[in-house]
Amino acid sequence: MSVADFAFYVFALTTVAGGMFTVLSRNPVHSVLWLITAFVGSAGLFVLLGAEFLAMLMMIVYVGAVAVLFLFVVMMLDVDFAALRAGMAKQIPIAMLIGVVLLIELGMIFGTWQFSDGAEAARASLTPAMDEIHNTAALGLVIYDDYLILFQLAGLILLVAMIGAILLTLRHRTNVKRQDVLSQMYRDPAKSLEMIDVKPGQGL
Amino acid sequence: MIEFFTTTNLGIALVTLGLVLLIVVPLLVALAFLLWFDRKVWAAVQLRRGPNVVGAFGLLQSFADFFKFVFKEIVVPAGADKFVFFLAPMLSLVLALVAWAVIPFNDGWVLADINVAILFVFAVSSLEVYGVIMGGWASNSKYPFMGALRSAAQMISYEVSIGLIIIGVIISTGSLNFGDIVNAQAGAGLLSWYWLPHFPMVFLFLISALAETNRPPFDLPEAESELVAGFMVEYSSTPYLLFMIGEYVAIVLMCTLISILFFGGWLSPIPGLPDGILWLLAKIFFFFFIFAMVKAITPRYRYDQLMRIGWKVFLPLSLAWVVIVAFLAKYEVLGGFWARWTIGG
Repeated sequence: MSVADFAFYVFALTTVAGGMFTVLSRNPVHSVLWLITAFVGSAGLFVLLGAEFLAMLMMIVYVGAVAVLFLFVVMMLDVDFAALRAGMAKQIPIAMLIGVVLLIELGMIFGTWQFSDGAEAARASLTPAMDEIHNTAALGLVIYDDYLILFQLAGLILLVAMIGAILLTLRHRTNVKRQDVLSQMYRDPAKSLEMIDVKPGQGL
Repeated sequence: MIEFFTTTNLGIALVTLGLVLLIVVPLLVALAFLLWFDRKVWAAVQLRRGPNVVGAFGLLQSFADFFKFVFKEIVVPAGADKFVFFLAPMLSLVLALVAWAVIPFNDGWVLADINVAILFVFAVSSLEVYGVIMGGWASNSKYPFMGALRSAAQMISYEVSIGLIIIGVIISTGSLNFGDIVNAQAGAGLLSWYWLPHFPMVFLFLISALAETNRPPFDLPEAESELVAGFMVEYSSTPYLLFMIGEYVAIVLMCTLISILFFGGWLSPIPGLPDGILWLLAKIFFFFFIFAMVKAITPRYRYDQLMRIGWKVFLPLSLAWVVIVAFLAKYEVLGGFWARWTIGG
């Protein structure tokens, strides 16, 4: 077994075990931690495939930012595990039904999935030769030269989604005291301070 | 004999292990003296004498502290999540050390010469927040939890601007490899380093690095006056020591990053003098001194001010700088002052 094989089995096992324990573990915080393990494992698989730029993006975006926010939210939830488990027996048939329906739908989609004849060739023609050019540069060339508009549109959709989320949760409360940083900084000591020479035994 | 070390798996693994020890052991020993130096600077600013009992000038104070930590009893709070409680300090130390794998100490002196080295360091430093969050949550106690929540928000906020500043440097170099980044700064000594073309970003990076490593004035996750010691409250003995070492290793890493990205790494400041690892060490030491001085002379930020300056000042500034640098590099303003692709990449 070569080193690459060994590394593959380590990362693959980490990913699968991480995914499994995400579902199985009872504590939601442990679930998120296992999910992070799965992310790290799949980043390792990306490295083995020679896509180290994607691997690092996976670590920075998913592990370093998205999963931190997951953990942040899950830690703040006040979850009563006993109450959750008490209701589980009642919910199981419906949950199973939804699961089975989803599985059938996925099966139907993949059963009728067809590639057009020219698809492979069209994709291959865009990819720069990987032995000449580093995969970071190759990715940049493909995204910014060939798929520029799609890429920008995807960014625009994300922006709209972000603004929508902010707008949905934005509340203007009138009786809240806010700090105006600019007015704090421009405050003049001469106008707000008064020097008084207090005589002993007299007071103000 | 040489073939054993270059061809067989076991031999290569042994050589790598040796190189790892060659980096980690000097780093940890140097850290003991840097800790002492940090405390000495702090004391000097406050007109105290600082550690001065153990060894000459108190030089061995850190080693005495080390043995004190190790021989104390480990206290686990009731209701703590034991596994995560002990995982957190180990994780923070390991992650802080892992980033050193891609740091070059001299031309070609690097353990793993990978193409995306700078992204690797960025990824690992963004993972360091997990040690803090896990430690704070697993302690099952109020102050650590508050500290963990604060640090989660703080470290994510400042990561964004650090990432954007790094992108500016990458645009100038045309490569993600540290060796290329340093070599692109070669030429006229001091004046061709990136601090000049990326002048405003040097300060932004320094301040973001302070916030990212939870150093004063941004040490809100462990603010003594409000949260006792933040996420470390419930930790004692060796686990506490691991957190402490991890934190300082991360600080030295940030000093190294500033030296490599903006101050030419191992290049000598005066043309004609030989380049070498001593220059890099001197630069790291200088920036560690700056970190120590900042700790001594600045008051702690308020939390809302910290978030405001991160999102409303640093993020727009660094984003604008990325756009500006992209234009300056593309049109080769000042004879390619911002575009050094031919030298670097």
